[in-house]
Amino acid sequence: MKGPASAARWHLATCHGCGLLSRTGAGQAARCPRCGTPLHARKPDSIARTWAFIVAAAILYVPANLLPIMETSSLFGAQQDTIMSGVVYLWVSGSWHLALVVFVASILVPMAKLIALVILALSVQSRARWQPLQRTRLYRLVELVGRWSMLDIYVVTLLVALVQLEALATIRPGSGALAFGAVVVLTMFAAMSFDPRLIWDVLERDDG
Amino acid sequence: MGVTESPLVACHDCDLLQREPMLPEGGVARCRRCGAILSRNHPRSSERALAFGLGALLLFLIANLFPIVGLSLGGDFVQTSLLGAARAMYRHDMRLVAALVLATTFVAPLAQLLALLYLLLPACLGRRPPRARLVFRGLTLVQPWGMLEVFVLGILVSLVKLAHLASVVPGVALWSFGGLMLLMAATSASFDARDLWTRLEAAR
Repeated sequence: MKGPASAARWHLATCHGCGLLSRTGAGQAARCPRCGTPLHARKPDSIARTWAFIVAAAILYVPANLLPIMETSSLFGAQQDTIMSGVVYLWVSGSWHLALVVFVASILVPMAKLIALVILALSVQSRARWQPLQRTRLYRLVELVGRWSMLDIYVVTLLVALVQLEALATIRPGSGALAFGAVVVLTMFAAMSFDPRLIWDVLERDDG
Repeated sequence: MGVTESPLVACHDCDLLQREPMLPEGGVARCRRCGAILSRNHPRSSERALAFGLGALLLFLIANLFPIVGLSLGGDFVQTSLLGAARAMYRHDMRLVAALVLATTFVAPLAQLLALLYLLLPACLGRRPPRARLVFRGLTLVQPWGMLEVFVLGILVSLVKLAHLASVVPGVALWSFGGLMLLMAATSASFDARDLWTRLEAAR
């Protein structure tokens, strides 16, 4: 057995839909002969696309955290809530475990995800050779946890629908909710555009 | 390729070309370089996914026909279902957010279930449904966007927030969403695209 060899070196590509290994010809529109999923040896323009989504998400990350995601008006006056003040409210009112869950899902995960994607994109661009296994695991983690940031969007939606008690209290959604939803979707696209196989390509070339 | 050798596979995470080991029942093959799961040999994976999927579709109907939670305070009573909640967002001029909620908790899970059943039911009976490739492609595209488990956590967080404000009345759909979340997870865990395509190929 020779050293490690990637499928791409043998002009083979694995199908992301059904896992079938097939030959990639010169043709641009290669498709899996079994399930018809488009085949790419590597995801097209992976790094450029990942950066574009990272930058867009990072810009929207600011209004997502500064603008209110909901406005409560009640007998005791009006109150605007940002993501962070929602966490503080839960903490102060005694549900510290839920405060922790919301803090992780809404503040920690989006930030950690952006940082992780920047590290991955930079390391691939600079042809880094360190810790490919850990970086692949980091990528899998990013893909796994990203969706949980939608939590606050659902909470706001349910509160807006329910707290419509005429004289006593009403809740309206704030523009921060839109920015926050956009951040979640954009970081998901960023993670989908990144191709973890690029991490291993550098190691490949030197062996051969 | 030698006749006696096991087939070649490439890892979808690091692209390492390797021979697929013969798996015992219930076994899982991992990439020897990066540890990604290459294949599993779970017996009757398609039948299991079909059973879980049918159950999930039933709960999906119940979860969307009944209110999730009601709120009563001083004679006022408000209750909402998932679609009602999305409509409330839409009415407050948050159309994109309403669309995002609807897409991730209603459209994507429903499309995922229908596509799975469309492929699995004939496959388990030894037939190949028309346009199987197109439906499978739609399934792989829609899969990352179903976020029912996050929505269930969202319901729980809302309940705690509301409990300070008024008395909360859990609805039928609350329990249905909990069960739906578990059945969806079981469906995805049992579904094996390779097993499905082996059956579809054999049926052709």
